[in-house]
Amino acid sequence: MNFHADVATALPEIILLAAACFILVVDLFIDESRRHVSYWLTQLTLVVTACAVLGGVREEPVTAFHGMIIDDNMADLLKLVAIVAVALMLVYGRQYFVARGLFKAETFVLTLFALLGMMVMIGSASFLTLYLGLELQSLSLYAMVAMWRDRPQPAEAAMKYFVLGALASGMLLYGMSMIYGATGSLMLDRVAEASLTVGPQARLLLVFGLVFVVSGIGFKLGVAPYHMWVPDVYEGAPTPITLLIGTAPKLAAFAFALRILPGSLKGVELDWQSMLVVLSVLSMVLGNVIAIAQTNIKRMLAYSTIANMGYMLMGFLTAERGGYSAAMFYAISYVLTSVASFGVVLLLSRRGFECDTLDDFKGLNQRSPWWAFIMLVVMFSLAGLPPTIGFIAKFSVIEAAVNQGFIWLAVVSVVTSLVGAFYYLRVVKLMYFDAPVGEGPIEARGDARVLLSVNGLLLLLLGVFPQPLVGLCAIALTQSHF
Amino acid sequence: MHLLSLAIFVPIVAGCATLVVGSDRDAAQARWIALIGAVAGFLVTLPLYAHFDTTTAAMQFVESYEWIPRFDIHYELGVDGLSMPFILLNSFVTVLVVWAGWVVIEKRVAQYMAAFLIMSGLINGTFASLDGVLFYMFFEAMLIPMYLIIGIWGGPNRVYAAIKFFLYTLLGSLLMLVALIYLYNASQSFAILDWHKLPLAMSTQILLFVAFFMAFAVKVPMWPVHTWLPDAHVEAPTGGSVVLAAITLKLGAYGFVRFILPIVPDASHYLAPFVITLSLVAVVYIGLVALVQADMKKLIAYSSISHMGFVTLGFFLFSTLGTEGALVQMISHGFVSAAMFLCVGVLYDRMHSRLIADYGGVVNTMPVFAAFAMLFAMANSGLPATSGFVGEFMVILAAVKANFWLGFLAATTLILGAAYTLWMYKRVMFGAVANANVAALKDLSKREFWLLAVLAVAVLAMGLYPKPFIDVMHVSVENLLAHVAQSKL
Repeated sequence: MNFHADVATALPEIILLAAACFILVVDLFIDESRRHVSYWLTQLTLVVTACAVLGGVREEPVTAFHGMIIDDNMADLLKLVAIVAVALMLVYGRQYFVARGLFKAETFVLTLFALLGMMVMIGSASFLTLYLGLELQSLSLYAMVAMWRDRPQPAEAAMKYFVLGALASGMLLYGMSMIYGATGSLMLDRVAEASLTVGPQARLLLVFGLVFVVSGIGFKLGVAPYHMWVPDVYEGAPTPITLLIGTAPKLAAFAFALRILPGSLKGVELDWQSMLVVLSVLSMVLGNVIAIAQTNIKRMLAYSTIANMGYMLMGFLTAERGGYSAAMFYAISYVLTSVASFGVVLLLSRRGFECDTLDDFKGLNQRSPWWAFIMLVVMFSLAGLPPTIGFIAKFSVIEAAVNQGFIWLAVVSVVTSLVGAFYYLRVVKLMYFDAPVGEGPIEARGDARVLLSVNGLLLLLLGVFPQPLVGLCAIALTQSHF
Repeated sequence: MHLLSLAIFVPIVAGCATLVVGSDRDAAQARWIALIGAVAGFLVTLPLYAHFDTTTAAMQFVESYEWIPRFDIHYELGVDGLSMPFILLNSFVTVLVVWAGWVVIEKRVAQYMAAFLIMSGLINGTFASLDGVLFYMFFEAMLIPMYLIIGIWGGPNRVYAAIKFFLYTLLGSLLMLVALIYLYNASQSFAILDWHKLPLAMSTQILLFVAFFMAFAVKVPMWPVHTWLPDAHVEAPTGGSVVLAAITLKLGAYGFVRFILPIVPDASHYLAPFVITLSLVAVVYIGLVALVQADMKKLIAYSSISHMGFVTLGFFLFSTLGTEGALVQMISHGFVSAAMFLCVGVLYDRMHSRLIADYGGVVNTMPVFAAFAMLFAMANSGLPATSGFVGEFMVILAAVKANFWLGFLAATTLILGAAYTLWMYKRVMFGAVANANVAALKDLSKREFWLLAVLAVAVLAMGLYPKPFIDVMHVSVENLLAHVAQSKL
């Protein structure tokens, strides 16, 4: 393994890091009126990074830096979707940032660092790199939530996020140290081998560590009972930052879970499987039921995230490749849907007006039939109704669960999604059946309009022709040996 | 010749075109595009009848393409005698609905027309699907336009009705999704026809029966899960009520013959007394409920439930006569209920009231309308020579063959149906002119006249000469019954 090969493997991350530093410096020499230069540089960075990821797609998984990082197809696919989600966040959020004085290099650079953290997490082959990536991502996000200093809510949200996040990181680290103690390695592949052969004493230690690791993963995914931060942070953070927190990090957390649980703790599969069953059921029930009581759209979407992560886990906990690929498809489709949902919320926000209550959606069909239609598609996709991508995603995870004999879980999931359908329907009701309250014009930049439309239509298109993405997930996981 | 694909996608494309081209300012444009789309949608279904081979029970006009290979899901379409008539019926009713909404709907015309056209395509897809997931996608997607139709253009309590309709139907169909996936796991295929041959244990059959039954019983609707229907009917605009009663209820009944009976025959035999009991409760009890309604639309809604009770009763008698009678009753009810709701719509458009008490002596001011309404009321109460008689009579005969008291109870519908329909007719139409509003009523416009005339011809033709309909379904019914008679254990 030579140095050049290592660099080539980590090229996307290296480009991203270099560009983020470059933008930070360049921005110092740019005056306020030309801030868009930094913005476009950021977008350019994302495009180049995406190209680097695409260029680095390989036939077989490759490890680099003494086995610390790994580049496989699963990593490539998740990284690409994460990059797309971040780029869309910047496009949709641009106007919002400008109107609130957040259109500055710090926002862009922190975004890039957060993305870097996620990419490191997605592509790591050791507990150490996993943890480093996680912390880089989390710290950037804490700062971004707090950045809007004029308001008390973001500061409060950031504080909650930080304290609970730090606690989760601590638990994770503690769990990792147990696993290290039990298996004698931090390398995921070696832990995997050791976990299959450990004696009863070490196994106990391993399961003990596992509990903490699963808690940490649960926190990062935002599943019940580790969900307490989700609604508050979603509500308090500036909307584009909420979009960021709600989308790409879920992919990173998914990869994180996949690398650790089936990737390295195969030997205690039954233990984490039963833990995930509890998390999944709790999230589906709690997320969907509490979402009904919300009047704030961001809080409602927060509970919807909790519920959706519960469905995602349902595919995951089957502990076989079909289930992982269903869960991965679920995660990706959830990210695409979620980006669009916050995109519409951002579209309706203006200078001095936060679109955050459900009532702000009243009569949208009369103000703008097109955006009402896009939101309609988004809502039905979240509810899992055909012909949207959300249906295929739910179908896949239910199929995976039934396939492994979890029929009762499948029944729980459909009953809770019926409960969920109610609050998604309520948004549609507000948009279509009620009279508009404010006649405020919908002002948005052309690029945001076009991309949001494409985003919304993609949910329909992938719902009708899901095979490319479904197939991609299956292929990626096969190549990555899960 | 992708006739079935055309039947599905011509209305959907026309609906999208209506949305894109038609704007709120230029409603006429939207109307014309929608009408052309609906007529084109009907015309492409006519060859289905013309080229239908009545001598085989095999699927016809089959199209099959790989769709989602990961789960072995196919885009597989085909019709037999059990499904083909309903595609025609649906496409025909769509034309009527677009026509009926022509001037009545004033706000957001393009969206209204588009919703009906898209729904029409989705319903055709449901009847034509031979793949479980494809069926499910059409079956569920159909809820979205119907939800919007009730919620946007409905009456004062429309939001409640729309959400109730949606959640009720969703509850049933989600359990069906689990059942579909279970069957896929057992058979490694999503093809419905493969499931027909799949051997299943009795306990499994019963669970599957329950899951499917939930989906289809809500849709039919059977007592006691019928409560969404009166609400939805009362609040929906006339067109919505017509499509609901004439078509979507039939989807539930269709589910019985396509899924429940052939996939879980042993459970069907075992649970037949249960289903028959529910059906008879619907026929008798709901018939009595209809008698006391003060709202015309509600009365017709309850009468629909009562008539659909006949359909489920006919299926679970497991005889040719009963099943064919049930299918004929489904088609006939499609015409008659559509006509009844259109008649109420005619009155509602003029008076903006559906209450029977607000009317009286309409025959004096609207004689032509009263004549049409008379015919449809007779058909609804099952008078010989109208379409309503044929199906009911066949089912009653089959029921008497099975058990005299069964037939006796079923036959009470002839009395009850006549009682509630004709009593309503008497109170609305006859007597002295009740008030100034009724005195000011104008008789049918040309549009309304032709609308009702077309349906009147259909009702009479089917009543006098039902043979073409029965011929189309006969071989398929025989095949179905032969299949159901074989145990799968």
